Parts: sequence; C-alpha cells; structure tokens
Amino acid sequence: MSATSKTTTTRTRSRFSAKEFSLTALTWVLALGFFFPVLWMVLTAFKQESDAATPTPKFLFTPTLDQFRAVLDSGVGTALLNSLFATIVSTLLVLLLGVPAAFALSLRPVKKTQDALFFFISTKMLPVVAAIIPLYVIVGKIGVLDNVWTLVILYTAMNLPIAVWMMRSFFLEVPSELLEAASMDGASLWTSMREVIMPLISPGIAATALICVIFSWNEFFLAVNMTAVQAQTIPVSLVGFMSGEGLYWAKLSAASVMAALPVVICGWIAQNKLVRGLSFGAIK
Amino acid sequence: MATATAPAATPQAEPLHSKRDTISRAEGWRRRGPLLPALIFTIIVTQVPFLFTLLYSTQSWNLVRPGSRAFVGLDNYIAVFKDGQFRQVALHTVVMIVGTVIISVLLGLMFALLLDRAFPGRGVVRTLLITPFLVTPVASALLWKTGLLSPTNGLLNWFLGLFGIKGVDVLSTHPLAAVMAEMVWQWTPFMMLLILAGLQSMPRDILEAARVDGATSFRLFRELTLPHLRRFIELGAVLGAIYLVNTFDAVYMMTSGGPGVASANLPFYIYQRAFLGFDIGEAAAMGVVTVVATIVVSTLALRLIFKSFSGTEETA
Repeated sequence: MSATSKTTTTRTRSRFSAKEFSLTALTWVLALGFFFPVLWMVLTAFKQESDAATPTPKFLFTPTLDQFRAVLDSGVGTALLNSLFATIVSTLLVLLLGVPAAFALSLRPVKKTQDALFFFISTKMLPVVAAIIPLYVIVGKIGVLDNVWTLVILYTAMNLPIAVWMMRSFFLEVPSELLEAASMDGASLWTSMREVIMPLISPGIAATALICVIFSWNEFFLAVNMTAVQAQTIPVSLVGFMSGEGLYWAKLSAASVMAALPVVICGWIAQNKLVRGLSFGAIK
Repeated sequence: MATATAPAATPQAEPLHSKRDTISRAEGWRRRGPLLPALIFTIIVTQVPFLFTLLYSTQSWNLVRPGSRAFVGLDNYIAVFKDGQFRQVALHTVVMIVGTVIISVLLGLMFALLLDRAFPGRGVVRTLLITPFLVTPVASALLWKTGLLSPTNGLLNWFLGLFGIKGVDVLSTHPLAAVMAEMVWQWTPFMMLLILAGLQSMPRDILEAARVDGATSFRLFRELTLPHLRRFIELGAVLGAIYLVNTFDAVYMMTSGGPGVASANLPFYIYQRAFLGFDIGEAAAMGVVTVVATIVVSTLALRLIFKSFSGTEETA
C-alpha cells in the first residue's frame, strides 16, 4: 500500500501526517498572500478616507458603507447601464453568430474547416492597437462615436473567436452514437439539434457566455477611445475617480470593488470551464 | 458544367475517403451556411480596419494639420525604424512579455503543484487564486498603484519599513518592473489553470508504479511530469504572450508609460502617437509593424501546438 512507503506521496490515505499538514498550511499561506491585494482593496472600501490615508495601514477600523454610497451618488448609473448593455447584447450576438458557426465547424466539417478556425484565432492575434486608428476614423465618420452600439459590435468581434473555438469543443463532445441514433429515427436536423444536442451542450454555452461577459465587462482600451460621456463603461468611469479633487483612496476602492464584483462572481461560477475558454478549447 | 470541381461532385469516390470528399457541392454550401454570418462579421470588423491601417501608414497625416494629408509611400516606416524611442518601446514590450510569461509560468507551476492534491479547502483556495485574473484590469492597476506601491501610504513601503528598509517609489525608479509585477499578478492564475489541467490529465498509475520502484519525487517530476506538462506550458506561454501584447490598462493607469517612455509598451506608445499626438500616419505604420511581428511569431507556434493537441480530430 502506498500509505506505508517512505517517499512523500501525494495521495497518502492519512491526512494527518506532518508533511501533509505543513504542505496544506504552506498552500493556504501562499494562496492568502497572493489573494491579499484583493482583500486589501475590499477592506479599504469599507474605511473612512482618514483611515485609508494613514501611512501605517490600519487593519482594525470601524467599517462604514459611506464610500459605497458616495460612489453610487456620483452618478455611475450611466456607466453601469452602458456596461450592462454592451456586455449582454454583445454576448447574445456572439452566441447568435457563434453557435451555428461552431456547429458547422465541428459536426459538419468541410474542406476549409481548419482554415476557417485558424482565421478566427488569427483575429485574436491582431493587436487591437493596429485597428484602433481606422476604427476611430470610420466610427467617427459614421457618427457613432460615443455610442454604446459601437462597443457592442466591437466586443462581439472580440469574443467571437474564443466563443467559436470553445463551443466547437463542446459540440465535439456530443457522442456520435446519439446523433446517428437520432437521425436514424428520422429526426430532422433541427429536431436532433433541439432535443439531443442542445441539452448536452447547454452548460458549455453557459460557460462560454460567462467568459464573454468577463472579457466584455473588463474591456478598457476600446471603451476609453471610442466613448466620451454618454457611452462610458464602468472601467472608463474608474478613471474619473482618479482625477478630480485629488486621491480618495477609500472611495476609489469602493468603486473598484463594485466594478470588479460582477465579473469576479461570473468567473467563480464558470471556474471549471474557464480553462477551456482561455485555451480556445484546446484543453478541457 | 461541373467538370472543374472533380472529386467533390462525383459521388463514386472511393468509399475509404473521408466523408468530406464525397459530399456534393450543394451540401458543401449548406454546411458552410451556418458559418458564414460569423465569418463575414469577423472579416468586416477586424480585417477591413487593418487594411485601412495599411493605407494610413503610407500617408503623412496629422490631424492637427488639416490639409497636410499626402501619400508618402514608405516614409513613415523609415521614420519609425529610425525612431529611437520606438526601438526602446519595442524592447520594453518584449521584456514585459517575456518576463511576465516566465515568472507567471513559474508561479503558476508552483500553485498548480500545490493544488494538485486533495486537502481541506482546496476549492476555496483555487477560487482565491483565480481571482486576480478576473479583477477588472483597470481596478487592479489602480490597486497596485495606490494601495500597494504608493510611496506615502502603500503597503509595500509599510512592509519594507517593518524590516527597517527605507521606503521606495518603485513607480518612479523601476516603472517597468512595477508594471510587470502587476501583470504577473493578473496572469499567474491563467498559467496556473492551464498547468493544473495538464497535471490532472496525467495518468496516475505510471506515477505510482515509478514511486513503488523507488523513484524520488524530484526525479518523477523531472522525467515524467515535466515532459507531460511541456505542451501545456507552451500553450500557456504562447497564448499568454498574444494576450499580453495588448496590455494597455496597466501602463495607462499605473505610469502613463513614464517616466518618459521608461515603462511604455507598443500599444500605449501607438495610442499616444495617434490620440495625443494626432500623428495618424506614423502611428499606423507602428501598428503594422507590431502586427507583423506578432503574427510571424505566433502563427507558427500556435499551429505547432494545436497540432499536438488535436491529433485525434480531423486535421486536414
């Protein structure tokens, strides 16, 4: 039995050996240390400005919700609506365009499938900065600068490659016996799609959607260049908290926490499928 | 008639060919149909602007001098390559990417190894560790700039003070390192997740058998684990590098590329040229150079890596 071997095993039955304990303790310490900046940001968000500005950091203080209230009062409503709109609509568009594409590229391959797939990846390799100038000029000429729909279109193009690859990998997991059985039962393509495939891949689609949400919500470069006041998104509004009447670190923390919280939660939910999205479906 | 399309049109191709060869043309288009909207949309939104960038790069066009727009051929490119600052910035970009990738792979490897065992609270630890990647980059950059690295009330100086070390202003003295530290913090979870997937896909019985045979953990790691992990690390490095080329938020928020261009990277420098200096022609030329460099480096690497991963799928 491996439990009796002298070497350090990673699967020893006993959880209470000193080695196990110290390894676990080490893991926790390192993890908390790595996570600490986030914790610090959250703590600071509950402080009064005077508590936050001390040279010696305060770990004990009276928490307050004042900063959150101040952030809400300072008119982030527009930015919030814009972020929600850009994120949700672009994600829906991505699914609308991407699911059929992924389906075609996985279950109905044609000669040029690999080429199309690599084309999608190549668009991700294109540094955004190379396209930003003409985008700015074209968008300006059409007159949709500072319009949230511009962001919708751009975010859709931004997320489509990842989504297509990711969903393709989910499609490929549908057992072919199921598909064959369905078509032998005389089911049309639509019916097999609806009743066999979709239920199987809906967790995958949900995860894809969450990842699109994460990337859209956090996007800054396109947002800051393509918008001004009206179509401003949440990340852009954070810049506004920096300038202004000097540095209010507690208020800024509160704004940051509120800005980051939605996607952190999305990421926590989609954790298990995150790898697949990030690696374009190469790794499960 | 349809004589030009050879095998696709004749149903009596040898039955051993893949299904692809025997589908009719009509079926081929029916199959491509669902793909087209996404493909066309992507082409229009991503490729067309790049064509314009190419166009602009051959023009001398400065927005604050209306009427000065003229075709100048490759002059912008010559100016770009002569620009000492551009070379510096390009170097910074490379340093940033390579440095961040290496350090975050090492840290990610460490965390992945620690996570690759069952222990109390494992799920919580994993959740904690991926959070830095999810935090909005702008917020993270602000957190690092003010909460951690601020010379007056940042945590770093307080921490150093505990050991009697004098406070530093890393944002002024080592701006590139400061920005890289923030990037490493955000990208380590990415590497960790990829490597963890690699670790968890290792067949355990080989490890157990080797261990029973008396191999030390270190040898196991070096001769069994690492080779298996190699393609995951490669994928992480290449993908990470591609994403990292676009780093903008951290530079913009933490140092504005300064002092001077000490911490500027290519996206930020081009942004400065275009939106603050209004020099469209030169900025476009820089953009083209950046793209060409990125694509050359990554296309080959990606194809190689994906071939090694998708060996079981239908590769052309």
